[in-house]
Amino acid sequence: MTSSPPPHAVEMKDIVIRFPGVLANDHVNLTLKHGEIHALLGENGAGKNTLMNALSGLYKPVAGTIKVHGETVSFNSPKDAIAKGIGMVHQHFMLVPTQTVTENILLGLNEPKFFMNLTKYDQKIRDLQDQFGLRVDPTANIWQLSVGEQQRVEILKVLYRGADILIMDEPTAVLAPQEIDDLMNTMHTMTEQGKSIIFISHKLHEVTTVADRLTVLRRGIATAEGISIEGLTGEKLAELMVGRKVIFSVQKKEQEPGDVVLDVRGVSAENNKGVKALNNLSLNVREGEILGIAGVAGNGQSELAEVITGLRACEGSILVNGEDVANQEPAKAIASGVAHVPEDRTGVGSAPNMSITENTIMKNYREAPIGSRWSINFTEARNHARELKEAYDILAPNVRTMARKLSGGNLQKVILAREITTQPKLMVAMQPTRGLDVGAIESIQRLLLAQRETGTAILLISEELDELLTLSDRIAVLYEGKVMGIVDAKDADINEIGLMMTGQRSNA
Amino acid sequence: MNLPFKIILEKRTDDVPKWLPVATAFGSVVIAFIISGIVLKIIGGDPIRVLKFFFSATFGSWPVFSDTLVKATPLIMVGLACSVAFKMKLWNIGAEGQFYIGAFAASLVVLIPMVDLETTPKFIVIGLMIIMGMIGGAIWGFFPGYLKAKYKVNEIITTLMLNYIALYWNNFWIFDKWSDAGFQMTPQFNKVAWLPRLSDLAKEYKAFSGITLHLGLVFGIIAAIIIWWILERSHWGYQIKLIGDNPKAARYAGLNISRNLILVMMLSGALAGLAGMSEVSGVVHRLQERISPGYGFTGIIVAWLAKLNPFAVILVSILFGALIVAGREIQPSGLASLLQGIILFMVISSDVFLRYKIRVIRTEQTEQETA
Repeated sequence: MTSSPPPHAVEMKDIVIRFPGVLANDHVNLTLKHGEIHALLGENGAGKNTLMNALSGLYKPVAGTIKVHGETVSFNSPKDAIAKGIGMVHQHFMLVPTQTVTENILLGLNEPKFFMNLTKYDQKIRDLQDQFGLRVDPTANIWQLSVGEQQRVEILKVLYRGADILIMDEPTAVLAPQEIDDLMNTMHTMTEQGKSIIFISHKLHEVTTVADRLTVLRRGIATAEGISIEGLTGEKLAELMVGRKVIFSVQKKEQEPGDVVLDVRGVSAENNKGVKALNNLSLNVREGEILGIAGVAGNGQSELAEVITGLRACEGSILVNGEDVANQEPAKAIASGVAHVPEDRTGVGSAPNMSITENTIMKNYREAPIGSRWSINFTEARNHARELKEAYDILAPNVRTMARKLSGGNLQKVILAREITTQPKLMVAMQPTRGLDVGAIESIQRLLLAQRETGTAILLISEELDELLTLSDRIAVLYEGKVMGIVDAKDADINEIGLMMTGQRSNA
Repeated sequence: MNLPFKIILEKRTDDVPKWLPVATAFGSVVIAFIISGIVLKIIGGDPIRVLKFFFSATFGSWPVFSDTLVKATPLIMVGLACSVAFKMKLWNIGAEGQFYIGAFAASLVVLIPMVDLETTPKFIVIGLMIIMGMIGGAIWGFFPGYLKAKYKVNEIITTLMLNYIALYWNNFWIFDKWSDAGFQMTPQFNKVAWLPRLSDLAKEYKAFSGITLHLGLVFGIIAAIIIWWILERSHWGYQIKLIGDNPKAARYAGLNISRNLILVMMLSGALAGLAGMSEVSGVVHRLQERISPGYGFTGIIVAWLAKLNPFAVILVSILFGALIVAGREIQPSGLASLLQGIILFMVISSDVFLRYKIRVIRTEQTEQETA
């Protein structure tokens, strides 16, 4: 008995999780050894969070078993998972800004019982800090702390609850480079003291620096299960993440691009956290051309779309048909002929409680025959919406149906229909097919290609490399706010693109 | 508890039928009356008699119905004021203050006086008072709108606080400057500044004698029609609704949200200001301390109960006008407030029927499942 090796910290076997219409995890295995850092990679929507939510007790798998320290478990709530020593460090902090570090750590626990003897707990937390090297003043209020310190509080919270298996959800996404180094040191200290860590990340170089083994998910399937990080090349990693193959039935026509429509020159911008997201970036798109933007999420794609459409301030100039639209209101970009298919369909691209009709006229409600000087002719608007519903094959009971009742694919068709109606010179499409089923993906892609044939310049931002290769004329690879290189889609080498996505220039 | 069935709430996935909101609103009022009746019964009253009296004292004859309409008049305008702002999810709870400033600004026409009251024709004096009243209210709406647009100051706090400023601003002028022989009111306005009443026509039509209904009701109805047109037919109304539903989408569609914030607050204030003008010119005929028994706050309830529909605001205002009149007639007078409170409570809870489907299912199968 004693000779048998100690059980693994976590063993997830053949996990299947289904959501309506989606197989989020398809027989996924994940083994976390004692004292290791195990990286979990994958694009948005690949099923990483679903898998981790199963481990932390939020979802129940349809099939498969979960063993923690060799013991089969079945979690009904996150509480059960915490009791087994599983703690999640969330990407978005869940802290009360006006309370102190100690108060936040104690929040939700049954102690202190009645008297708020906080100094005693301050000391307990200091001891915990010494053990793991997580410096932060227990008496400070959360709002006074830097983002990195707030994250340490989140980690302390989990450790205080006695977790020995930590799930860290993209912990580096919000940190500055120096803070990232500190975090990695902390992670090593924790594993030395017997903790085991699952590290979720998008950033390949961090994974290779800190992790021991990794698992890669792609569309709910594990493309790599616990392979060792040793000897793993950037090429191999990129291939595992973006995959290849998938035969698309859409075919693009050969055509010569025309004049330059969009000319982005030396643009820099900050993201919402105040960190530089675009770094002196330049690119251009021509008439009847699709420029694909490839890159791992969070390398400046959202910010690029936003500066062009007037939703974000920036430095540098953005010319659309020779007119500078940088740092103008969105109305200016719209007037210059810029259409925008936003990343967030429900949060930005549509008004959820308004009808299909009202959503389709968002950009042309002033124009005849729908709009007159002051008013809107809703009979015309409904006719317009009905025509679009017919032409774009939008499945809904009628045009009075509210936008929030539409499926993702149908909502995306409403948005595309609206944007195409404006007869744009330039269309910025961000992740237009994310989260859609195969049929919807194909129809959206056909619409984009049809738009290309009418001479619109299209900037297509996507995390699906297959999609970019199928649709684009050229592909620019974004890495940390810079264009790493631009390749012709015809003779693009997927490995080269993969390398650029990880921040390495090709030697060729 | 072992009931043979169980009631479950299911989130609605289909569209709400058009008649349902109307039905739940009516149902809420009826249930509120029933609950009040039960309360009355418990404390030893006779609900049926009170109910009969309620209707006869408010809708029973032309003169009492006219009283009801007079009380409904300011509520219509204030209810519209709240509806417009609420459509944009702008929580203007300062209609009371905007009402007072509107009354003050309209009174200035008479109290300064801005025109020669002996020679100027009535329609010009009244017209000027309308403009002043609306400008006054609009200014009182501008401040919170500007602060929110520019500095993101919460409009609930600013509009609420401005209510008190308006009240004491008025008091200062009433007590200190224009007091009528030391009373807390200004001298009565010259008749040229009075809104025409139906009783003015009593010489020609006997039936109108003693009927205090004034032209303000017509203002209210016209305002309702205009607001309906703005909200349902105009570019601006579309923008207001879009910003209210999803400000991010509105910005993405190129709308100027800051400008709309300010304009909508000003429109809302102007409507409340018009109500103040109509009250001083049509009812009290002077500026005095308590011209509003809380119309500005009742307007919030009216707007909510009317589901922000301008025409429904008229109907709901008449009901609430009746409640105010009944409050004066029925002892104890708190009964009307009780009814108001219960109605609001019922309306807010009735939203459950709009958001969920109620299903009754037998429990036998589910018990087998759990067993």
